[in-house]
Amino acid sequence: MPKVTIDGHTIEVAEGTTILEAARMIGGEVAPPAMCFYSKLKTSGGYCRTCIVKVTKGSEKDPRPMPKPVASCRTPVMDGMEVQNKTAPDLVDARAGVVEFLLINHPLDCPICDQAGECHLQDLSYEHGLSKSRYDFKRREFDKIDIGPNIKLHMTRCILCYRCVKVAEQVCDSRVHGVLNRGDVSEISTHIEKALDSDFSGNVIDVCPVGALTDRTFRFKSRVWFTKPVDAHRDCKKCCGRSVLFMSGQEVLRVSVRKDTWGEVENTPEGNPGWLCNECRFEKKSASDWTIEGVRNIDRHSVISQNKYLEVKNLKIDVSNQKLIGEKAHN
Amino acid sequence: MGRKLLTEHINVPGIRNLDTYRKHGGYETLKKALGMKPEDIVEEVKKSGLRGRGGAGFPTGMKWGFLAKPEGVPRYLVCNADESEPGTFKDRYMMEFLPHLLIEGMAIGSFALGCRTSYIYIRGELMYVFHILQEAIDEAYAAGLLGKNILGTGFDFDLNVHCGGGAYICGEETALIESLEGKRGNPRIKPPFPAIKGVWGCPTVVNNVESIMAVVPIIRDGGDEYAKIGIGKSTGTKLISACGHLKKPGVYEIDLGLPVEEFIYSDEYCGGIRNDKKLKAVVAGGSSVPILPAELILKTAAGEPRLMSYESLSDGGFASGTMLGSGGFIAMDEDTSIVKNLYTFTRFYHHESCGQCSPCREGTGWMEKLLHKILDGHGTLQDVDLLWEIQSKIEGKTICPLGDAAAWPVASAIRHFKSEFEEYVRNPQNIQKDRHYYRVNNINPELV
Repeated sequence: MPKVTIDGHTIEVAEGTTILEAARMIGGEVAPPAMCFYSKLKTSGGYCRTCIVKVTKGSEKDPRPMPKPVASCRTPVMDGMEVQNKTAPDLVDARAGVVEFLLINHPLDCPICDQAGECHLQDLSYEHGLSKSRYDFKRREFDKIDIGPNIKLHMTRCILCYRCVKVAEQVCDSRVHGVLNRGDVSEISTHIEKALDSDFSGNVIDVCPVGALTDRTFRFKSRVWFTKPVDAHRDCKKCCGRSVLFMSGQEVLRVSVRKDTWGEVENTPEGNPGWLCNECRFEKKSASDWTIEGVRNIDRHSVISQNKYLEVKNLKIDVSNQKLIGEKAHN
Repeated sequence: MGRKLLTEHINVPGIRNLDTYRKHGGYETLKKALGMKPEDIVEEVKKSGLRGRGGAGFPTGMKWGFLAKPEGVPRYLVCNADESEPGTFKDRYMMEFLPHLLIEGMAIGSFALGCRTSYIYIRGELMYVFHILQEAIDEAYAAGLLGKNILGTGFDFDLNVHCGGGAYICGEETALIESLEGKRGNPRIKPPFPAIKGVWGCPTVVNNVESIMAVVPIIRDGGDEYAKIGIGKSTGTKLISACGHLKKPGVYEIDLGLPVEEFIYSDEYCGGIRNDKKLKAVVAGGSSVPILPAELILKTAAGEPRLMSYESLSDGGFASGTMLGSGGFIAMDEDTSIVKNLYTFTRFYHHESCGQCSPCREGTGWMEKLLHKILDGHGTLQDVDLLWEIQSKIEGKTICPLGDAAAWPVASAIRHFKSEFEEYVRNPQNIQKDRHYYRVNNINPELV
């Protein structure tokens, strides 16, 4: 079994484990952030480049360091490999660069975004981002599209992680959406705005790390931190029926899959990913449809958790340098 | 006078046809190769020291040696004819006039690697070359040089030519493989390398057109003979597509190791700078390699004359050197604006980025916009610093080398010509507002 050292922590893992998975086994700060990698979806990862790490020693056999930072989600560990994540200042700087790239065309419309509070990009930019954007050009915009009756695609917010495409490939019966165009105008879409029509298409909402794919039945109903998440289950022939209900009083506002520490869908006791079918997700919106197990444990650092508010510090805003930039200033 | 191994018969009228090609010794080498053992052919290519002519300069023989050979799994040889780097046009020229040389090389290479089916992936814009190749392949099939039992040796070999959609990114070998499979041309994440898992999950070798063509003279004359040409580890001849402000632009076959000064100024090659102006800068190997000012391209930082070879051009690293790349030699005279030229390059990379990984997708567009801003006279000195920072954040962070290719020209232009950027920023009133060529099409000629 190969031994790998990440930020000074050594762990022995199975052959073929990626650096990111090994770092997650160690846990905590050591695990690099991942926007596109999703362990339950094959061939995902490698696109967003936020999980880059520095390999200072290739392996026991070939101790040369790797010349470039590597995507930890797609690089398997070798025996004796030494990896730096948080401990390499140049790498943290490089990652901040990637976060900046992800943010330059992101609308930052968090105040009206349904994903706010559960958004991975929010967490990432809170940790690595600059307080001020250096990008003073017009941001890329797309029209909002309804793909089907239940899913809203807000392409402007998308960071092209390809997770939803992988869901369509691997969880749904057929893939009807994909990436159109190329470069910075490429977009997730269905051909001629066809509806996503599959029993498991709703899972694209849960895998989306940002607010690009949101639940139309929950749209503008509530901020997620005002809801009360509870674990619930029901007997369903199509899916595992294990979910989290986001409730307000007796009303079920939203149904989503159970997510683990890394924001990925939890496995069922049988060991399969606990995807939900569209019937459970969109139609069972009454508390009587579900057996409620109890309050969902939410990470105490999450904004959904109430204690979070105690730690919020007052923001200082410097108004001396503010200037208005007209739309046609430099375009 | 340089040797002409590839372009010897290129000016013979009708060389595109099989009969004329065979009159000039065509397909004799294939006959010879089919009488050899496949391993010996690979050995000859290894001996020749031939390095990949597509840009990276990886030894071809070594690449062939890496090919996995599992039992019962087909193997593929793919010719990368997706030549789309600005400044590079050697492969198009060769395929247009000598399609049979490529077919012969493909047959020899496939025999050596044990491939029964091979592909030529040609760039979508080169539709007319596609037709020329297809005609040549049909001729070769009719003459029994392709297909079943070639030349009575029992070797069955099918050659297909596949037309891409016209995307620069499909010149990256894994994107090319994706595209060939009928998918979106996104580069794959390596490992696994194509030598293990390539086209349809089978071991694959992807070679540039010129590398495959060079196999023919290597097998004809022997690898040792080929290795005598050139200098050091840069053996053989190389096609250079020279363009820009030169008296005689065009495709030249040179012996590697030719001094750059001789290549630019001798009458045998480019004949000097147009209108006898002074040389300002050279992009030595296609748009993605670092640009060098005249004094650094003619002489290395140590003061030795710079030679056209893989080693000499990269002497001094990126601080004072560049790369041979694909051989797209762009010379610029003293009147050229490096900033405008850089804008053209950056616009190209922005347009051609596949959009898969974020630094390249977002960074290339940002750099283009910043350069546009500077060219429009709205730039600040911070913008130049920001440009430097963006390129450093792209370089080495992407899946495929397109990110590096987009970052290097920006880095080198700022490194060697920073004063020119500052001039644009400080004196915007002096900027000559000329049109960018993409706008010219829309202009009413009566108003100009």
